[in-house]
Amino acid sequence: MNVQRLFHAPAAPAELLIRGAHALDPRTGLDGPHDVLVRDGAIAQLGAPGSLPAPDGADVVEGEGLHLFPAFFDPHVHLRTPGQEHKETLVTGTAAAAAGGYCGIVAMPNTSPTLDDASGLRALIAQAEHDAKVPVGFMPAITRGLAGTDLTEMAELRDAGALGFTDDGRPVVSAGMLRRALQYQRLCGGVLALHEEDPSLSGHGVMHEGAVSARLGMEGIPSISESTMVARDAALAAYEQGRVHFQHLSCVESVEALAAWKAAGAQVSGEASPHHLTLTDDAVLSLDSRFKMNPPLRTEADRQALIAGLRDGTIECIATDHAPHARHEKEVPFEEAPMGVTGLETAFPVIYTDLVLPGVLPLGLVVERMTAGAALLDLPTPQIAVDAPANLVLLDLGAEWEVGARGYASKSENSCFEGRTLRGVVRLTVAAGGVVHRTPIEVAA
Amino acid sequence: MSEPRHLLSIDDLDRAGIERILDRAASFAEVAGREIKKVPALRGRTVVNLFYEASTRTSSSFELAAKRLSADVVSIRAASSSVTKGESLKDTVQTLTAYDPAAIVIRSPHAGAAQLVARWTDAAVVNAGDGKHEHPTQALLDVYTLRRRLGALDGKRIWIVGDVLHSRVARSNILALLRMGAEVTVSGPPTLIPRGIEALGCQVAPTLDRLEEADVVYVLRMQNERMHEAFVPSLREYAARYQVNAARLRPHQLLMHPGPVNRGVELSGDAIDSPQALIAQQVEAGVVVRMAVLYELLAHGPAGPGEAAALEAAPEAVAAA
Repeated sequence: MNVQRLFHAPAAPAELLIRGAHALDPRTGLDGPHDVLVRDGAIAQLGAPGSLPAPDGADVVEGEGLHLFPAFFDPHVHLRTPGQEHKETLVTGTAAAAAGGYCGIVAMPNTSPTLDDASGLRALIAQAEHDAKVPVGFMPAITRGLAGTDLTEMAELRDAGALGFTDDGRPVVSAGMLRRALQYQRLCGGVLALHEEDPSLSGHGVMHEGAVSARLGMEGIPSISESTMVARDAALAAYEQGRVHFQHLSCVESVEALAAWKAAGAQVSGEASPHHLTLTDDAVLSLDSRFKMNPPLRTEADRQALIAGLRDGTIECIATDHAPHARHEKEVPFEEAPMGVTGLETAFPVIYTDLVLPGVLPLGLVVERMTAGAALLDLPTPQIAVDAPANLVLLDLGAEWEVGARGYASKSENSCFEGRTLRGVVRLTVAAGGVVHRTPIEVAA
Repeated sequence: MSEPRHLLSIDDLDRAGIERILDRAASFAEVAGREIKKVPALRGRTVVNLFYEASTRTSSSFELAAKRLSADVVSIRAASSSVTKGESLKDTVQTLTAYDPAAIVIRSPHAGAAQLVARWTDAAVVNAGDGKHEHPTQALLDVYTLRRRLGALDGKRIWIVGDVLHSRVARSNILALLRMGAEVTVSGPPTLIPRGIEALGCQVAPTLDRLEEADVVYVLRMQNERMHEAFVPSLREYAARYQVNAARLRPHQLLMHPGPVNRGVELSGDAIDSPQALIAQQVEAGVVVRMAVLYELLAHGPAGPGEAAALEAAPEAVAAA
């Protein structure tokens, strides 16, 4: 049965000629200036710069000096719908994705009510088919109400369009419960995406446990609260021959556990977030609640381990864990503030500015990791190839912008990069064949 | 760093800044010895005390300090304010700011509350304790008390004993004492010593075996609820290992405690009542040090009254006399 698993509002298929942009697709080896012709929402032709004539009615985009990548895919975002539409909606969340250069995002189920049954999923899909600018996939809960005690009707949910399952925001505390889900996965398929945290170790922690939490007198979340669960659940996946994906890895020990279990043949994968790749717990010395998220920002050694894991492929993809919160919810003392930061609009620029420009990671590898989430969820990978659906992002890597200076497409503004000047402006995003975002080139006065 | 607008953390002060406040406090101590204890330095200005946590000595000494500087004082306690009706900290602060206070003194159960208040008001903000983070005026009065007794603290060995994990007093004191040149060792059950605390520059001793090295023993309050949270198996075992008593205290050592004391838990009665204990002096220092903090933030500098005016008796007080 071929079930549709990404949903969006209908959009006019693009008729587009992008001229002379530096096209880079690390999977096809494409790396140089090209003309790219999009007809009826699909890539129709690639040619040398200036070689392709513009067909009648096609929109011509001058791409000289710009970069064209396969559009990004984010396996981990919170769209807060239903129930918390004051933080984000399908309209604003997918607009943020479009502004960030994404052609696909995956929404987490910790909504109100929890996304844990097929009727809820069908309603959300209907809403996405009306509201979503960018294709959205849904991961319902592994356990009902995220309570960790009863499995959701995973098979029915899969038939209704579930991409996979997750209790994100919470761990599946009981090993026995996760084992049942892994057994059931053999019936229905779908990756189990896991938020790893042993609550008996993380307690009421609000930040990384270490020298900074000792200085600030705040309860810490030790790295081992994550890594012991990664090791446990990788062992369970190996035993049941199931497939799990570890969300938002944050520490050295987790990367080591993931690498060890991969080497042992377990079907495990991992993601890292732009904030964990570029910031450390030193940022929390500001006591600014925009640096509060779960898992927390950790040490420089942890950050380096995540970068190394991304480089060597232990960590397959970059995921934002885009977690919008309203201003009044975040404008409280650090310990009181909800966990989470937005990320869709800043992910590529911050990685590019902090990791690519200084030579830490090659551009091609970053593009690969920003798009690899799709394949992990058994979806086609966005690519720049003839006959592929047009999923493209056109960026000006030379242009700078200040985060937040012009507001956000997201309904929320809790970006941990607010005020930073970043390189890399998204000029155009094409998702599932339709133009979903376009920034006019500014003319200096 | 020489002219901070707020006192949110000991990090707002360098050594010279601490010394200036302590010297100012010493001059106020002379006033405190007079029959009329009031000076006109902050006459016509308003100090708001906003306390989100129960406090006896800190709130009363801030109130007295502001009154002795002739300020108008508004004291708000969480239990009797709109805070209990769910008003956010930001809304409360913006409401109070409408009274145009010169200073807001805030005590909160949450780290960073004072920083937030400073962002939302033009008033000078004094942190009177924020969560387990800091309690800078307590550290200043402790350093003041010690300096009066010992002179310079350079090279003095100070042990901070007990529940360091949950203690804002410990954190501010570690920072202030190190800044004044002292050597600081923290000691307590490993479950109550935060991982990474040595990054502040202090030593960690898991037992009191080397307590005799200390010139000063600063004992922290042990809260009953820590036992229920399983940080220690029992107060009995805690007391057996970590109680500071006459048997553990050497004659040359000074004893301090931020209060209130759990008699028979972290301190024995004989230690509390010994002449080595500076606990009463600490309380006494609270008023003059907090006067000095308010004075330095509000009255000192080009706009404020000069040196002489600070120590003049308030006119109304003279009239009353």
